[in-house]
Amino acid sequence: MLGLLALFGLLAYGLAAGGAERRAGESSQLVEGSSAPALTLPLLSGAGRGSLAAYRGKVVVLNFWASWCEPCREESPLLQRWHARISPSGGTVVGVNVLDVSSDARAFAASYGLRYPQLRDSNGETLKDFEVAGQPWTFVIGREGRIAAVRRGPVDEAFMRAEVLPLTRPPS
Amino acid sequence: MRRALLAALAAALLVPAGALAASCPQTSVGDLEDEVQCLECGVPLQLATESPQANRQRALIGRLADSCRSEDEIKDRLVAEFGPRVLTTPDDEGFDLVAWLVPIGALLAAAFGIGLTARRWRRSGRRRTVAAPDTGHAPEGGRLDSDLDRYDL
Repeated sequence: MLGLLALFGLLAYGLAAGGAERRAGESSQLVEGSSAPALTLPLLSGAGRGSLAAYRGKVVVLNFWASWCEPCREESPLLQRWHARISPSGGTVVGVNVLDVSSDARAFAASYGLRYPQLRDSNGETLKDFEVAGQPWTFVIGREGRIAAVRRGPVDEAFMRAEVLPLTRPPS
Repeated sequence: MRRALLAALAAALLVPAGALAASCPQTSVGDLEDEVQCLECGVPLQLATESPQANRQRALIGRLADSCRSEDEIKDRLVAEFGPRVLTTPDDEGFDLVAWLVPIGALLAAAFGIGLTARRWRRSGRRRTVAAPDTGHAPEGGRLDSDLDRYDL
């Protein structure tokens, strides 16, 4: 009887857990205007950790990428250019390298001359929190920590002009 | 004399190379493909034939195998790179041991429960047989007789 109870318990747990997962996938909680989830990860360089909270007060272009992702190659030079462009006005690009071999990721960053801060999510633990379903995936986060825009796929000049530039302008 | 010297030199060069080859574990990517998970696709590497992320993992395994790393050393390196989720089977020590013990415990408990239920059921059946009213026939025999009577055979 005890065994049967245990089996039923496991079955019920499995069904409940599966159901919860399905529910999470059905509706997105991260829409424009919602607070960005907390994010603390090791730096890609291996020296210490970095967090999204450290950039509070800045406009953050949070870009999830991987060295094995073809479209990430396409957008990387543009992200570096925009990092240089928005830095003086209190903006920054922050890269989150996901599911990557660290040496491949560092080689990628070096080959594209990426000088913006890079965090490393080696096992994809943050992907669920940010509802990231592929790479590249980019969030524009306002100075108060709220999501201003989301781009699934590579960013382009038009997206950056429309979504990032207005946030970095001083309020008139 | 020169020939003997050359032969001795060649032998001296060949012996370490041979010893090195013998000490190299000769691990291949295929040896590990069913034990390593493609993290992007959530399946073992051997099933992730199209994933670029899986290809990077394969390349890393290949590089480590080429530098004479054993299967365990390669798995340790993969765990250091990607975390324990990269292995299809959990580790058999520490907290991961629970992943082995819980299903085994559940199976044992289920087997014990089924055995106990079967024994009780058999006992209660025997008790019913003993308590059945004496009709002059064994219960099964009685039912057979009444069936035969009904068909007038």
